[in-house]
Amino acid sequence: MVVRKGLWVAGLGLAAVIAAGPGNAQTPKKGGTLTFMIPADSPPSFDGHRETTFATVHATAPFYSVLIRVPPDNPASTTEFVCDLCTEMPKPTDDGKTYTFKIRQDVKWHDGSKLTAKDVAASWNRIVFPPQGVTSARVTYYAMVDKIEAPDDSTVVFKLKRPTTAFLPALADPFTYIYKKEILDKDQKWYEKNIMGSGPFKFASYEIGQSIKGVRNPDYYHKGQPYLDAIEGIFADKQSVRVEAIRGDRAAMEFRGMPPSARDQLVKEAGKDVVVQDSDWNCGNIVSYNHKKKPFDDVRVRRALSLAVDHWGGAPALSKIAIVRTPGGIVFPGSPLAANKEELQQIAGFWPDIEKSRAEARRLLKEAGQENLKFELTNRNVDQPYKFVGTWLIGEWKKIGVTVEQKVVPTGPWFAAMRGGTFDVVVDANCQSVVNPVLDTAKYLPKKVYPESYGDYDDPKSIELYNAMTQETDPAKQRVAMRAYEKHTLDTEAHSIVTPYWYRILVIRSYVKGWKISPSHYLNQDLANVWLDR
Amino acid sequence: MSVITRNGSTGALTDDALPRKKTALDAVLNFIRRQPLGTAGLVIMIVMFLTAAFANVLAPFDPEENDFQAMMEAPSWTHLLGTDQMGRDIFSRLVYGARTALLVGFSAAFAGGLIGLVLGVASAYFGGWFDLVFQRILDVLMAFPLIILALAVVSVFGTGVFNVILAITIPLIPRCGRVVRASALAVREVPYVDAARALGFGHTRIVLRHMVPNVVGPFLILLSAFVGQAILAEASLSYLGLGGQEPVPAWGLMLQGGAEEYATTAPWIAIFPGLAIVMAVLGISLFGDALRDAIDPKLRDR
Repeated sequence: MVVRKGLWVAGLGLAAVIAAGPGNAQTPKKGGTLTFMIPADSPPSFDGHRETTFATVHATAPFYSVLIRVPPDNPASTTEFVCDLCTEMPKPTDDGKTYTFKIRQDVKWHDGSKLTAKDVAASWNRIVFPPQGVTSARVTYYAMVDKIEAPDDSTVVFKLKRPTTAFLPALADPFTYIYKKEILDKDQKWYEKNIMGSGPFKFASYEIGQSIKGVRNPDYYHKGQPYLDAIEGIFADKQSVRVEAIRGDRAAMEFRGMPPSARDQLVKEAGKDVVVQDSDWNCGNIVSYNHKKKPFDDVRVRRALSLAVDHWGGAPALSKIAIVRTPGGIVFPGSPLAANKEELQQIAGFWPDIEKSRAEARRLLKEAGQENLKFELTNRNVDQPYKFVGTWLIGEWKKIGVTVEQKVVPTGPWFAAMRGGTFDVVVDANCQSVVNPVLDTAKYLPKKVYPESYGDYDDPKSIELYNAMTQETDPAKQRVAMRAYEKHTLDTEAHSIVTPYWYRILVIRSYVKGWKISPSHYLNQDLANVWLDR
Repeated sequence: MSVITRNGSTGALTDDALPRKKTALDAVLNFIRRQPLGTAGLVIMIVMFLTAAFANVLAPFDPEENDFQAMMEAPSWTHLLGTDQMGRDIFSRLVYGARTALLVGFSAAFAGGLIGLVLGVASAYFGGWFDLVFQRILDVLMAFPLIILALAVVSVFGTGVFNVILAITIPLIPRCGRVVRASALAVREVPYVDAARALGFGHTRIVLRHMVPNVVGPFLILLSAFVGQAILAEASLSYLGLGGQEPVPAWGLMLQGGAEEYATTAPWIAIFPGLAIVMAVLGISLFGDALRDAIDPKLRDR
């Protein structure tokens, strides 16, 4: 018993040492500039409420505050949330329907004025109830919100229509920047082209397609932070450019993810000068059909294209060259709500016998009179993994006699094509931040309820199945409901194809300390806790 | 009638005594003897044409077919030049890539050259304010390097093979127009142009039927140079991701697709498309230089 107790104590001690880690044991040093690569040509706009791309959040998150967030020192947690602008995490009242946040009183905007609860409420009202002409990408996340009020300068109250566990994870979304009410009152679109926040860094300069720079905010409210004097994000959509930059120490890291080959190359050449952090990734590409264009309004054609794709054969091969790894349905694999392999194999494109699947695809195309189908696949001008996935899909479709031309466009026109419906079929992405499957799967709803759903279809049944799933509180029943929604989306109506989920690999210069990887490349991007050990 | 032969004797004028009329074969043999480098260039061009024409016969694999069982395989008897990161046969992609290169190269060179030819001759013929304005426009266009102007055009019209042809054609027009105008200025002063004008011929007829044929010599030389430039520009645009898109087999795109990433682990992905571009451009350049030497009377007998 004594021995057992001794082992227990020793184990606890060891655990504490491991948990502390060598990085945490060090005292952060102040100063220096963190130069990092942003794997895009440029952000479509600076407005986090409007955009869904990392190009925006990597470039602008350091300039803004949010209400709550994932813990910067433990961003991999899917259940823990901490205050940024609030003083403490509230306990829900009114049977779980009211959340009252007290707002810090020591927060200043970068122009020197004081941030109040009115700014927080105005920003959240813009996100949840966007005014006419304003696009908010996450409206559906907050369908449970009834009202947002600021009764005084230090209090923000969220009133919900119904209690739900999905609310707090949704509130921690990293795109929910707090904007200045005075500016919003004058021009709701000011933040699309301008930056003025209250985050750890003040905006310094931006050169389109080149770089964005920030300098330390001396008035930052989390005392002692940020540690860095400045940050510089360099835009480079070509992977080789980014790898070269890290290899030559022109940049310390990128925050999105690299393929295994780049990791191996950098580790081989830089040795101890770099460290690797990796993680499963709550992110994947989806193929969306323009339902307003023939023949993609025909479910037989969509199902045929789904059936042609060999996920089980493609994913392991692609994982050697691209940042993808795991076949999955509409839910992040590994989540309790995700489909297991047997369940996936019931869905078009995941059948265990690919030849049988392709024979069915050919039959459906013939039946639809589309045996010689030709179309254009719009894709984003980002190497990893968009172009790899696009090229793979084209090869898969060719096996059922479909001819596809790939049209690669920069990020801005890519979004414009999807939002404007000027595409045949598009390689879209469903990248979520906080792992929150109930809300993450809203991407597959019709556009009228989820603006960032680009298939432009109307499908009341889909909404009905989704609502049934979200309102279910019993985990087992919710899982069954999720399967029904998934089957309807990917098989019965074949609205989309979910390509293999991504796997996040980062190679970081070893002098960069304080930053930790998470399952999302959107999270933990304000860089306040990053410091340089050199 | 009698003639004095070389040895001083006289005799009847016979066919044997006349210098033999040069046949096409003589011209070719003469070209080969005088222009060995140009001949090498011609051979490269012919090989390229044949490769493009018979790509479906020569290529052992579908150039667009992914084969995940054969990713990044080194050159072997099965895959003569190895495979790329998607398992596609590099030899087959190079063979089909010759089609893309020739299509873009010749289309852009001919389109740009012909438009430049007509505009350049017209500019010289009309002179005055038309010539002044036209030449200033050419000055502006020529201030941009070919690839920069092509990049600007692609960014306006978008990517794809047709747009790449357009993007390369536009910068070639002023380059041709300027050179042709210089030749046409001399032609404008010759009496037959005045005669044509005196006979009441229209401007279009004078420019197209009387002036253009007389500047074809320098034009052909330019054209050969343009083909090489256009192939290089197409490869550059594809390399930058602005030309043809995957899985289209194009040499520049093959360099862009994975060559950088796997340059150390699978160098054949970069080496063979690079060699193809070098050989094609070199061949066309050598042939173009030789053609200039052969046509230019000042250089012909050197």
